Amino acid sequence: MAEEILKIEHISKVYRLGMIGGTTLRDELQRRRAKRRGLEDPTSKIGSNIAGNIGDEFLALDDVSFTVFEGERVGIIGHNGAGKSTLLKLISRITAPSTGTIEMNGRIASMLEVGTGFHPELSGRENIYMNGAILGMTKAEIDRKIEDIIDFSECRQFIDTPVKRYSSGMYVKLAFSVAAHLDAEIMIMDEVLAVGDMAFQRKCIGKMSQISKAEGRTILYVSHNMNTIRQLCTRCVVLDHGHLVFDGDVEEAISIYLGINGGEQETYYDLMNADRPSEFHGTRLRMTEFTFLNKESAQFTPEEKLRFRIGFDAMEDLEGLKLYYTVKSIDGFTVGLTQTISSFCDARKGEHYECEFEYDASNLAPGVYYFIPDIFSDDGTGRHLSYDHPLCNITFEMIDNDNTKMRWQTSNYGHIRLNEIEII
Amino acid sequence: MKQGTYYKRITADAKGINFDFKEIWQHRDLIFLLVKRGFISRYKQTILGPAWAIIQPLMTTIVFTFIFGNVARLADCGAVPTFLFYMCGNVAWHFFSGCLSGTANTFIANRGLMGKVYFPRLCVPIANVLSHLISFGIQSAMFLTFLVIYLFIPGYEIGINAYALMAPVLVIQMGILGMGFGIMISAATTKYRDLQFLVGFGVSLWMYATPVAYSMNLFKSSAILHIIARANPMTPVIEMMRYGFLGKEAGSIDWLSYGWSWLFTLIILACGVMFYNKAERTFMDTV
Repeated sequence: MAEEILKIEHISKVYRLGMIGGTTLRDELQRRRAKRRGLEDPTSKIGSNIAGNIGDEFLALDDVSFTVFEGERVGIIGHNGAGKSTLLKLISRITAPSTGTIEMNGRIASMLEVGTGFHPELSGRENIYMNGAILGMTKAEIDRKIEDIIDFSECRQFIDTPVKRYSSGMYVKLAFSVAAHLDAEIMIMDEVLAVGDMAFQRKCIGKMSQISKAEGRTILYVSHNMNTIRQLCTRCVVLDHGHLVFDGDVEEAISIYLGINGGEQETYYDLMNADRPSEFHGTRLRMTEFTFLNKESAQFTPEEKLRFRIGFDAMEDLEGLKLYYTVKSIDGFTVGLTQTISSFCDARKGEHYECEFEYDASNLAPGVYYFIPDIFSDDGTGRHLSYDHPLCNITFEMIDNDNTKMRWQTSNYGHIRLNEIEII
Repeated sequence: MKQGTYYKRITADAKGINFDFKEIWQHRDLIFLLVKRGFISRYKQTILGPAWAIIQPLMTTIVFTFIFGNVARLADCGAVPTFLFYMCGNVAWHFFSGCLSGTANTFIANRGLMGKVYFPRLCVPIANVLSHLISFGIQSAMFLTFLVIYLFIPGYEIGINAYALMAPVLVIQMGILGMGFGIMISAATTKYRDLQFLVGFGVSLWMYATPVAYSMNLFKSSAILHIIARANPMTPVIEMMRYGFLGKEAGSIDWLSYGWSWLFTLIILACGVMFYNKAERTFMDTV
């Protein structure tokens, strides 16, 4: 078993509502006086005494404990306000916990926001030294690594130019390069890869995996991008409203985060009032509802077919109507497109139609998917005209209880089960 | 858990004085770079550049010499040139007040940086004092140049003596006192912004309580005024500075009040570091 490198025990962080931000001595005296007389705090925000915020306090983190071992790459996921950033702030010592202890056996390099401490007037090279020093490197260490850092940043040409003339992409590349070359034992990253082009993002992920594998560095990574979590992390922690709700396998954590593990999927959608991507959509033809047929919950095994009904109103005479949709996985990855090959309906002005469809999704891997139905017509030459595209994600889940096949790991296998290999 | 070189334990309750000198020493390169950054960014896009470090005390000295020296006749310093008398006081006070007001808004001015990454928070005020030390060095060179010039002008008497060697000690003391007060105020301003306003005019009021614009000789007749003036920890510092460089007409030495001044300085430093340490743990939540 690897050594423990970071141990978090019963950490809580309390924020006082209505007091975050500046306060004056007068406010404080008023508050003290009111408290003594048993009156309501005159400086608190109106409505902050409602249930859940008892005593003007808010628990950003509530009794969180977990241990990280050397060389692990731990993803921290959770919705906005779940306490991820607070947790990272506590670990990186920006603010102190209200209760509990954190033990760490190594230096911490945090990249909560890249480019921290960059001074616009200083050149790229000077900023590398500055930023490195802020992150805890000595001048000698930076001297040794400066060439690697400049190479990695792809900014050599501009390295002696003040960074105020840099593009935002270059800025991020330079900052990431400094942080990635730190000698810290524990690296903390909070969505630093959200910026920068795809090629550089891939390079960063590669670099992070490499330093973790080759040098046994430990990484804590916060992101809303499940793809990078899958690529980088070996373990995941899920936070929800300040509580630690899951700690373990990455895929399992992601499905918990997406809130769908064993959860029911809707079978009825009202499309009448959904937003449309343009003013044109929904004016000549408007979809009103979508229903999965004969199901309590939109969960399907590969043997089942998706059967659904779409209701729509026609405002004009429209001929040769067809349906298509793009199936996406729940983390936004486009799986593929499917359509009706022939027309399903010729619509007459002022009529309401209800059409039923069937779709075989047996080649989709287990997981949650969604699509947006689109009714269109084409002129037979490949061009098409979309009449309605309600912005409503029709969600369904593919489940698989067949243990004769391999247990599906989406990060390695993808979303599609390809045709089976036949023995001849 | 195995406790390696960089083992650290963070707990919820704050300890008293937690002056981790080792950690600050590990970050000495950061302090150096902060000084450099401050210096470069301060004089970027100015025409005169570091010359501004000279212009400000020089102008103040000229005005003081004219108003307080020639018009109000507050410089009772015998054959010592009034101009040097004021320059000595001004340069010293300028350093002290710079250290104080420069560190007084540390947390608020650096919240962007401190909210993103951890480093020993004391690095920032230390760097601030060091960068004022550079300006002070330039100003001292100016003062010494004028001193040498006046030595060759007949009619003036400049009693420079061995006490001038005390200057480094006095400078260190002013730096500590200024920083001690500054970090104390900066710790308090994370919660109470009121103190920000106090710093600006408080420092100028303090200057008038210190013999910068006038000479202590004016208080000779009144014992009470003398004692009050001596209670000000900056008084013996300025007085000793003048005594060393300009002679006994310009300054005085009183070991009792100087001892008190050092005691006061160390108490302020200890309190400052204590408050600062307490504030730095959670200031991001309130600032």
